[in-house]
Amino acid sequence: MLDAIGVGSVEELFESIPAGVRLQGAIDLPPGQPEQAVYAELRELAARNVSAEDEVTFLGAGMYDHYVPSIVDMLMSRSEFLTPYTPYQPEISQGGLQVMFEYQTAICELTGLPVSNASVYEGPSAVGAAAYLARLANKRARVLVSRGVHPDSRATLRTLAVGYGMTVEEIGLDEGVSDLGALRDELGDDVSAVVVQQPNFLGAIEDVGAIASAAHEHGALAICAADPLTLGVLEAPGNQGADVVVGEGQTLGNRLDFGGPSFGFFAASEAHLRRMPGRIAGETTDVDGRRGFVLTLQTREQHIRRERATSNICTSQALNALGGVVYLSWLGRRGIVELGELMLQRTHYARETLAALDGVRKLHDRPVVRELALALEAPVDRVLDRCAAAGVNAGYALSRAYDEYPDGLLVAITEQRSRADIDRLAEVLGEAVAAERSAAKAIA
Amino acid sequence: MSAPDGGARAPEGAAALAGGATAQQRERATTIFEKGAPGRRAFVAPQLDVPHVDGLIPEQLRRAAPPLLPEASEPEIVRHYVNLSKRNFDLDSGFYPLGSCTMKHNPRLHERVAALAGHARLHPLQDPRRAQGALELMFNLQQALAQIAGLPHVSLQPSAGSHGELAGVLLTRAYHADRGQQRTKVLTPDSAHGTNPATVTMAGYEVVKVGLDAAGGVDVEDLRAKADDSVACLMLTNPSTLGIFDPNIEQIAEIVHGAGATLYYDGANLNAIMGYSRPGDMGFDIVHFNLHKTFTQPHGGGGPGAGPIAVSERIEPYLPRPQVVRREPSAPNGASRLVGGPPTFDLDHERGGPDTKSIGKLRGFQGNYGVFVRTYAYIRSLGAEGLKDVSEVAVLNANYLLARLGERVGDRLPLAFGERCMHEFVLSGAPLKKELGIRTLDLAKRLLDHGMHPPTVYFPLVVDEALLIEPTETETRETLDAFADAIAAIVAEAAEDPEIARNAPYTTPVRRLDEAGAAKRPRVRETISA
Repeated sequence: MLDAIGVGSVEELFESIPAGVRLQGAIDLPPGQPEQAVYAELRELAARNVSAEDEVTFLGAGMYDHYVPSIVDMLMSRSEFLTPYTPYQPEISQGGLQVMFEYQTAICELTGLPVSNASVYEGPSAVGAAAYLARLANKRARVLVSRGVHPDSRATLRTLAVGYGMTVEEIGLDEGVSDLGALRDELGDDVSAVVVQQPNFLGAIEDVGAIASAAHEHGALAICAADPLTLGVLEAPGNQGADVVVGEGQTLGNRLDFGGPSFGFFAASEAHLRRMPGRIAGETTDVDGRRGFVLTLQTREQHIRRERATSNICTSQALNALGGVVYLSWLGRRGIVELGELMLQRTHYARETLAALDGVRKLHDRPVVRELALALEAPVDRVLDRCAAAGVNAGYALSRAYDEYPDGLLVAITEQRSRADIDRLAEVLGEAVAAERSAAKAIA
Repeated sequence: MSAPDGGARAPEGAAALAGGATAQQRERATTIFEKGAPGRRAFVAPQLDVPHVDGLIPEQLRRAAPPLLPEASEPEIVRHYVNLSKRNFDLDSGFYPLGSCTMKHNPRLHERVAALAGHARLHPLQDPRRAQGALELMFNLQQALAQIAGLPHVSLQPSAGSHGELAGVLLTRAYHADRGQQRTKVLTPDSAHGTNPATVTMAGYEVVKVGLDAAGGVDVEDLRAKADDSVACLMLTNPSTLGIFDPNIEQIAEIVHGAGATLYYDGANLNAIMGYSRPGDMGFDIVHFNLHKTFTQPHGGGGPGAGPIAVSERIEPYLPRPQVVRREPSAPNGASRLVGGPPTFDLDHERGGPDTKSIGKLRGFQGNYGVFVRTYAYIRSLGAEGLKDVSEVAVLNANYLLARLGERVGDRLPLAFGERCMHEFVLSGAPLKKELGIRTLDLAKRLLDHGMHPPTVYFPLVVDEALLIEPTETETRETLDAFADAIAAIVAEAAEDPEIARNAPYTTPVRRLDEAGAAKRPRVRETISA
């Protein structure tokens, strides 16, 4: 090969690198290992994590331990879906493009909006991307975000808003849901968008319609971050007036993976189609009149429009979105309602059961689905440690993100947590709270 | 895709190259929403094991009409998506020399280890004391990427290259703001990836283009003229998208730093230089890595990826939160929970406490951990020597393919700049278009009939009728020869009858698609009947 090139050594091919910037010696890394040794090391690292396989977990707060059906794993690991690039050559990428089209259809159905893109990175950055769409749409610079929106989404929005030239203000919660009065006080004709989450971070069901109406009165966009798996029982935000619906797609057939990769979804009303970020698959025909699919409206995108693009996104989460649409096909038209109903009933049961324990009460009385918030009369971190020692992960300490709920505990329910699991949690949590209260009394 | 359907224009040997579509692949496409039947299903709901309570959702908030998802059985769903998969070309089936995308083999060990329950079913908010394996892996990966970049600090958080770029420009903004400076412009060369200028706009800066010199490098005089105190940053890919290592990199760094700006390294082409040079050695302040390029995360048909960043000391205070940290057992502030034992790993959400200068969060949780597992496995498999081998063979393969193409079709498809290349190279299809009347697009479409994925086309923008070719280190000499043969065959065929290429492809599941029509009358979802 060197002869064909006309050089005497491989090193000659690197001659254009000036001496002054050359690495002296080797990169400081351990030597390579054979496959079986690397497997053993990665397995040992995995064994030092306590996964949802190892404990009864009620930890949620943005990602949830739902069952991932076997056909999702099987289809996501097919070479034909796993190893291609973004479908730049549609004639040999019809499989991936049609998957995107089907995915977009499913997201439109769930959200009640007419257009969807083919995925964005994940939930919180999707909220940021939605604010950028609002900026492009009405050129205004203020965003009002409910404190019921996931803390990571609010934090991400604040980071990105610096670049967008936007300011972010928070609207507090009143008895568990967004304070509509406070929102109305803050709204003005300089507000670009209002952001709300359904169900909100405390598990409470928001009146998205009322919030959207308030936003629209001032010409602001209504952005809703939604948990897609609750949209079989909760009204679609698009049907309640939301202009943009985004969210974390992990609950749709994606693994926890310590936080990623999953996917974010992004749907909008028709008026915003040409302001959407990311890839969009569209239907068309080939020269023989055969039905086919292409990446469409690419003049929005960075590789064509460059500095005037509607976003900088290139690689997003196509494989994870495939998992999402396969999951939704598996769940089906009836399953999405049945699963939502199951979560609704079990969340209610868990809330009533847990709030009946001594030293435990509801943090608010609003209707909840999939997650519920409690207040403990004992230090939450210590209670969580006691529960963990008994093999139960009792949930998320709200003090990690909310100064106003120092004694709050957030408990997540999925179809994987049976009544027996919930009863076990009640037993362990009750004992832990009691033990901490008697320990506190002993010190006093 | 296998077994040709006897299409009139299938090239000789197409069957062997797996270039022909089967009758099944060419059936009219029907979506999953058109399949199935009312009441059909795959999911079996767990039993309702708690008392049913009515009215838990106020009526006006309850969904009035359910979403019209598919109604199909599991076998139907499996068959539908398996058949769809057969309408895709993929890296495991054939050559994929898509320039700047680094389509290298994806080792399956990585999929196996990422699927271990201890990684795959680990909750992102698990107490760090019970996620020590994951945090140690992330810490070690940070350390390894720092070594590869030649820069001391790493954040794993960004989700893709473009997200890493956004992080980098926001870090630049924070750095200047901390010095009380309001800079307004970011420089990008004409050869930059489209993500660079798009990122600059999203970070609130104005894009200013820097020209190229005759050799395809940055025009140093143009840079000198534009690098004033209104410039926040220069974003550069080195080697560039022309496959050229900029020989003036030291001078470029000096000019940029002299103007008080930061120097940003787009790591899309890092595959070319590992073991030979590090961005930190070249004077870069901020680097993003594409773990889905250099570090073998499968591309998944458009993601997932991950775009960690490495930065210099002066940028470190602004890094995103949280950061993975190692706590030594003897830590004097009592931060460690173990005394006298091994070090522990933790997530630092504060980064300097209440007065933190961190830009904050760019996404939820800690990043695409599943991608980190694969990358870590890759780096542990190869080690320093292996990574150097990667770059050597990538550059060797690219130069070999360039030489073979030069011999065969050099007059019709000349190299755009210089004589040799790094890991990729750009040919110009301008003579081919002028002399034979076929465009780069036609050449690309005809390659599909040969069972190969075309190179990146019409990029970089600075080359007329560009073909950007990146073979990667995981291809054999035989594959490179076969590609050169295919290109030569298409050029020879076009000299006889250019119509063949102009109407290609012929053997694919669909033929050329009406993209203009799709954009004019966008149909982006299926209409479903209730």
